[in-house]
Parts: sequence; C-alpha cells; structure tokens
Amino acid sequence: MSDIADRVKKIVVDHLGVEPEKVTPNANFIDDLGADSLDTVELVMAFEEEFNVEIPDDAAETIQTVGDAIKFLEKNSG
Amino acid sequence: MRRVVVTGLGMVSPLGSSVDVTWSRLIEGQSGAARVEAFDVSDLACKIACSIPLGDGSDGTFNPDRWMEAKEQRKVDPFIVYAMAAAGQALDDADWHPTSHEDQCATGVLIGSGIGGIGGIYDASVTLFEKGPRRISPFFIPGRIINLASGQVSIAHGLKGPNHAVVTACSTGAHAIGDAARLIALGDADVMLAGGAESPINRLSLAGFAACRALSTGFNDEPQRASRPYDRDRDGFVMGEGAGVVVLEEYEHAKARGAKIYAEVIGYGLSGDAYHITSPSPDGDGAYRCMSAAVKRAGIDPSEIDYINAHGTSTPLGDELELKAVERLLGNATDVAMSSTKSATGHLLGAAGAIEAIFSVLAIRDQVVPPTLNLDNPSVETAIDLVPHEAQKRKVDVALSNSFGFGGTNASLILRRAD
Repeated sequence: MSDIADRVKKIVVDHLGVEPEKVTPNANFIDDLGADSLDTVELVMAFEEEFNVEIPDDAAETIQTVGDAIKFLEKNSG
Repeated sequence: MRRVVVTGLGMVSPLGSSVDVTWSRLIEGQSGAARVEAFDVSDLACKIACSIPLGDGSDGTFNPDRWMEAKEQRKVDPFIVYAMAAAGQALDDADWHPTSHEDQCATGVLIGSGIGGIGGIYDASVTLFEKGPRRISPFFIPGRIINLASGQVSIAHGLKGPNHAVVTACSTGAHAIGDAARLIALGDADVMLAGGAESPINRLSLAGFAACRALSTGFNDEPQRASRPYDRDRDGFVMGEGAGVVVLEEYEHAKARGAKIYAEVIGYGLSGDAYHITSPSPDGDGAYRCMSAAVKRAGIDPSEIDYINAHGTSTPLGDELELKAVERLLGNATDVAMSSTKSATGHLLGAAGAIEAIFSVLAIRDQVVPPTLNLDNPSVETAIDLVPHEAQKRKVDVALSNSFGFGGTNASLILRRAD
C-alpha cells in the first residue's frame, strides 16, 4: 500500500473505531464500516486536515469507499 | 392522578462512580474537593473543584468506557457520558429493560443540564477563530446541546416514550424529576428516566461563575474546607460535575412486575422569585412558596417532614435565606434534620437536584441523614439540626429536597417511604 493509503486507513480506523483488517479499498464507509452521514462528513474533514487539501462538497459526495478516498487524495494532494 | 414511585437509582459524582460508592463516602464524611489539575488555573480566582475520580473502574473510580464506546465519547461533551452512565445504572437497578414496542413506548426520558456543552462550545469557538468554519465538526452541535443527553439515552436503550429536557440552572435536576413524575401521573408514560447531568469544570465556566461572585475563592489552598454551607466563613460554592438519574414508575406498574420500590414522589412544588438574575429574593419568599406548594401537593403537614436536603450552596446570601424560609414553613415543628450534601460533593449545577433527590431517597432507605461538612460556626442561630460534620441515625419517613437556580427558579420535591 502507498503512504497515502496507509494514512487514509489510519484515519478511518481512528474515526470509525473499526478493525484495521476491515478497512479494504472496496469497503464502503456506510454499508461496510458502520458510518452514518455525519461520520462521513467528519472523515472528509480529517482527510482535508491530514493531506492539507480542500475537498469540495460535490467531490466529497463521490468519496464513498476507502478506495475512492485514496484515489482522490493520490490525484489531488501535494 | 396516578401514584409515582422511585424504582431505580444511578449516579456518577465527585465521590465516586456509582450510587453505593458515593453514598457510603458521603456518610463517612468524605469531600470530593481538590485543586484543579486538568488545566491551568493559575490566573483564575477559583482554583478548586469537585471532579469525578477517573480510572479503570476499580476503587470507585469512573471508567466511562463501561457506558459509552470510546469513539462515541469523542463526539460529545462529558455531561452526556455522565448521563449515559447514570441512566444505565438506574435501568439496571430497576431491572427495567423494555424490549416490546408497547413497553418501549411507555418509557420516556427527561434528563436536563444547566449549562450543557459549554466546554465543547468554547473549544469549537477557538477552532472557528483559528482555522475557520470548514474545521467545525458535524458532531459539534449534537454533542453539545442539552437535550442530547435524553436523546442518547433513548437511542441506547430503545426508549420511545416522551423525550424531553429541562434547563433551569441549578434547579434542573429537581424540575426534571418533578416534571417526569407529572408525566407519569397524568398518563403520558408509565416509566420515566429522569435527572440531570453536568460537566462544568473548565476555564470558561470557572471564569464565568467567578465573575458572578458565586464561587469560593478564599480556600484555594484548603479545597476540602471550601464548601461550608451555613458556616460564618463561607464565601461561595465549589463547582462539581456528574449526573444523577432515577427510574420513576407508576405505582401499579411497579407492583405488577415486582419491582423494588425505594420511595414515593408525593410532592412537587415550583415557584419563581421574579426578583433578580442571580440573587435570591431577600425575603426568601420564592423558596417558601415553592416548599409550600410541594407540601400542599403532598397533602401532608410540614411537621411530618423528617429530613430536608437543602439547596445550601455555601454562598453568603443564599444559605440563610433558605434557612429562614424553612423556619417559616415549619413554624414550631423544628424537630427536623436539614443538611447540605454540597459540602461534600460540591455544586453539580443542573445535576445537583437529581443527586440530592437520590440522597433523600437513600436517607429514607437507610434511616440515616448525611452531614453538612465544615459547619464549624453557624452564621445564625436556629433550632433546626443542620447535621454538622457527622451523619446521624434518624427516623426518616418523609424527605424534602430543595433546588434554587439563577433566574429565580425554584423546585422542591417531597419523597415518602413506600408502604
């Protein structure tokens, strides 16, 4: 896994309190990791803070899986 | 109206993580006061408070993880965690865990708080100032607003009856219990979880209450001597934190399921001072009318009251006014014990009335009245026994608990031994 993937995984584990093994690229935050809509808002904020990027609301709506987040951040973070 | 009884008790307080630990330490005469170590107090006028002993759960320490998942605690202010702990304990004690839709809908929650998530509001304000609005958490609002104590408890336990919250400063806990009892008496619910929760020990609250000249500032080097209701050297209250929650239940409902009945809520009175935002009215009339209303509702003579858990915060003005109001209520019937447990727990603001109602219930159960610590030299003479220093074995069939709050809001509860 890339450095970005590791950092994303750590944030997801910390915020959602889930087992690290469950945080696979295909894992959907809501369906597989027990997040609710507010959790996903907070996750996006945590990604913004960690990677020093701004994730606009329309982009945030497309980030539904761990893989979506990694892909977005690989493309958009410095 | 239907009769209402107390069938479950739950508490987390500066004296410990449960009702039993708190009560035994209270009767032993222990104090929960200490210098605040959790944050810088060097520039604050009041540097002491009664904080909950945190720990792994052993020796009466409070382990919040027992009552709420760590990732959920992170989203809320501590008053909600304390409410979850006290509510969980109370339901366990009452052995009431409704699973049918009908039972869930018959069970409601009414837990209040005086100032709710003021600590988290302060933190978020700093974030807003330093980092801007995009860094405000989606959990900021639902983790700070006062009715989310009732909300979280209802979600955790599937309680679908009335879901309500009281915000009446230091009368909150008593109003919550009184109002919840009314909801049961009128048939809106058969069972109610009722009480108060507060987590005010932070720099902002200490600065704010000190600015009101409400806090003790003269005992920073002797914290355990600071809360001294009725004593001539008292100079303000000591802030406390925690929660108290009771299970209230319709009498026949409790009998039918064989529940343990601690006491009956026979009286509840409310009044307003209509005088000043922080000072009690100088004639003590608001307190007198509040107690009188509760006595009238209870259908008893004031001479039947055996124990009074006083509001008694250790402020220079309030204590004597309450005492005079009690003397006016009782007339010559002064064979009563009246103590302020705030001398040991500090003042839990919106949770005070709830934990003190629980102490009143336990005084009835154990026939013992808790002491008023530090009462070395009463500031006025009275025929009423203020229970200085040590608990007393006493006949207690009827207990009255007073709570008075900023804004001139008063509440009195009267509890009687169950027959």
